[in-house]
Amino acid sequence: MEQPFAITLKVESSLANHTGSWRVERPQYVNLMPPCNNACPAGENVQKWLYTAEDGSYEEAWRALIVENPFPAIMGRVCYHPCQTVCSRGQLDEAVGINSVERFLGDLAIEKGWSIPVTAPSTGFKVLIIGAGPTGLSAAYHLRRLGHAVTIRDAADLAGGMMRFGIPKYRLPRNILNAEIARIEDMGVRFQMNRKVDNVQDAIDDGFDAVFLAVGAQIGKRAYIPAGEAARILDAVNVLHDVADGEAPLLGRKVVVYGGGNTAIDVARTAKRLGADEAMIVYRRTREKAPANDTEIQEAIEEGVLMKWLSTVKHADAGVLKIEKMALDEKGFPQPTGEFEELEADSLVLALGQEVDLSLINNLADVEVRDGVVHVDTNMMTGRAGIFAGGDMVPAERTVTTGVGHGKKAARNIDAWLRKEKFEKEPIPKVVEYADLNPWYFSDAPHAVRPRLEGARRASNFDEVVQGLDESTALYEARRCMSCGNCFECDNCFGVCPDNAVIKLGPGKGFEFNLDYCKGCGICVTECPSGSIIMIPEKS
Amino acid sequence: MSTDSVKFYQVGSFAIGNRLLPAAAGSVQSDMERTNALTSGHRACQGCGEALGARYAIDAAMRAADDKVIAVNATGCLEVFSTPYPESSWRIAWLHSLFGNAPAVATGVAAALRAKGRSDIRVIGQGGDGATVDIGFGPLSGMFERNDDVLYICYDNEAYMNTGVQRSGATPAAARTATTQAVGPEPGNVFGQGKNVPRIAMAHEIPYVATATVADLRDLEAKVTRAMEFRGSRYLHILVPCPLGWGSQSCDTVKIARLATQSGLFPVFEAERGEVVSSTPIRQKVQVEEYLKLQSRYSHLFSPKRRDDVIDKLQAAADRNIERYNLMPEGDL
Repeated sequence: MEQPFAITLKVESSLANHTGSWRVERPQYVNLMPPCNNACPAGENVQKWLYTAEDGSYEEAWRALIVENPFPAIMGRVCYHPCQTVCSRGQLDEAVGINSVERFLGDLAIEKGWSIPVTAPSTGFKVLIIGAGPTGLSAAYHLRRLGHAVTIRDAADLAGGMMRFGIPKYRLPRNILNAEIARIEDMGVRFQMNRKVDNVQDAIDDGFDAVFLAVGAQIGKRAYIPAGEAARILDAVNVLHDVADGEAPLLGRKVVVYGGGNTAIDVARTAKRLGADEAMIVYRRTREKAPANDTEIQEAIEEGVLMKWLSTVKHADAGVLKIEKMALDEKGFPQPTGEFEELEADSLVLALGQEVDLSLINNLADVEVRDGVVHVDTNMMTGRAGIFAGGDMVPAERTVTTGVGHGKKAARNIDAWLRKEKFEKEPIPKVVEYADLNPWYFSDAPHAVRPRLEGARRASNFDEVVQGLDESTALYEARRCMSCGNCFECDNCFGVCPDNAVIKLGPGKGFEFNLDYCKGCGICVTECPSGSIIMIPEKS
Repeated sequence: MSTDSVKFYQVGSFAIGNRLLPAAAGSVQSDMERTNALTSGHRACQGCGEALGARYAIDAAMRAADDKVIAVNATGCLEVFSTPYPESSWRIAWLHSLFGNAPAVATGVAAALRAKGRSDIRVIGQGGDGATVDIGFGPLSGMFERNDDVLYICYDNEAYMNTGVQRSGATPAAARTATTQAVGPEPGNVFGQGKNVPRIAMAHEIPYVATATVADLRDLEAKVTRAMEFRGSRYLHILVPCPLGWGSQSCDTVKIARLATQSGLFPVFEAERGEVVSSTPIRQKVQVEEYLKLQSRYSHLFSPKRRDDVIDKLQAAADRNIERYNLMPEGDL
């Protein structure tokens, strides 16, 4: 039989051979929990808004951000950014400057006047929020977005709570604070200022369907310090409040602040700005053990604030303090040494923590108080149905960001309770670890540092200390994000498949596996920079 | 030459694609409309580096030559797994004759095209290291010497994999193959003189010689594109890890190629008319051990007794490459 000289095979006739049948494991795209999102006290989807900002879609990025947090410009100044502490990029070169990008987006929104429309239909429910601090404002914002009618009552003449009366303006300029609060007012939240609520029961009787308590912790803790009659002893909360009101308290030439928290640092830095020659922090433990944020301690030292660690104040008199030195025992606790010294001081400011003014719930027997704070269940509800509480008045880390997170959580629970439903939080997917990533693919790119005013210059005025990033630097910073656990369309899986078994669906649409041909080699998993593909066993 | 400075784009050019780059600056492999010269359904093993390298190279050549390419394939894995009768995985004009004659057949195709006045159609010869370094070496050298207008691509997986992992002239020292067992005082392949075909090609002073790996797509595509700018003989030598023959995990193919370059064992460079004109610097230097220990063909260097003497000799070879090709222009070893 005559054979042809050569055989011609049909182009791509191998498609008839479904090599997917060889597979024992299959790849699967996943969305995992990036460490930044997991660490955010306000529950922001950091990875998502950074990703959105990466192509310059700043408004869209800002809108993704404010789904969780209405205060990007404030956050970008006062948040202690636990997201950056856990950022995976920190293990490659330096953490992404998430906080500075957040500030950039927040400032841009204020500059452009982006507003937040309320699109949810009115529910007919009325909610009262007591306290116009970060927690209350956040709750008001989220409840309003869900379609509820919201009223905020606060004893002060202006809204903002500790953001206005605790945080000095060199950290948070008031025009920024005002702009972000005004945006919430524009959404239709009613503010009733100068209206201290003395009795929650009376407020409920005004016809509200639910109440959220968020009065914060406003009372400075008192410690007994023996003092002469002429000793000048002030309270940190009052000092900061007076400065915010435009009244300069008489602190004198030499100021000693007693305490190691952020409030103590704020007071010492404020004292320098008010003209004190010398401001000194006295704290019974070490710098490492001090609860204050390390960046703030560093900035205070740069401004000339003196630090006296391992010391307690034993006695105060006019112009002079008696200090006892402490030493750490083997367990790391400070113990008195019996060594004393004298310290010149015109005033002593106590910053030893704050307590909650619980008088407004005195008449509510079923609202339980434990250790000076209000007890709430996992849904942020107190013992009285319909009365919720959050922020500094419940057990929590006392930061603005935590307060904002509480406000959101409370709002979602209040919403569910009003609808006679139960709020179910979505389960948290696996948190991405550095080992899940393939860092080879990320270009070397060090962190863009925000400019700061020089220490000596800034210590003499209330100008904002930390400046923002410009557009190009903010964009660069956003693009340093490694997108942990979430596809960012780098095309690696599409490229590295030896079997051409990854289908690219186009920009914004991601990819699919063609399981007819995928042999399950797993190269796509190894080479995925962001750890967004896993292998799962085939069912036998 | 004018350059545009590009803002930092997250993964720069290390990944296959980059959503932030304009489409024109994207790689061929990131293109939804890429040729897929070697398409799905081929019978290469899981994680085959050669299947990957062939698609990378031919797709890039197709873009560079406006899709007018004829490929001549030597016998070997690539031929066997892509065209088991009656199927073919190729989506280009493709021709197979014998094991040893691919360069000669490619020469013939180029001559025929010249006779027909079709200078627009470009010719590629391709084969594995067996066909290139050993069996087809005479025709290859002849093709170089005559400077025939062919781009010859060698997909080097360092042994005869298709027939059961026998040693080739490209098998590295100390590697275990079916014919160089890990027995005796000097286990694995001998420390011979080596047969470095890129350098032999350079000795012919042909227009263009380059090396590449499947771990750096942008570099590989740039070299194919550059090669297509020349007429005459050009030679591209691509390292393609073989999970079967090297005893590595199928998921680690690209990673192993990357470690080969970052250890210095496989220098990535290009040469024109016999002179090296550029080399790709090592970005994250690793010791050769990091590369060796992922492959069971070297497992006898680590157990039952660690053979530091052998590892040191391989490290010395890597260090020599680093110096010879200036792979660490800014740092010390």
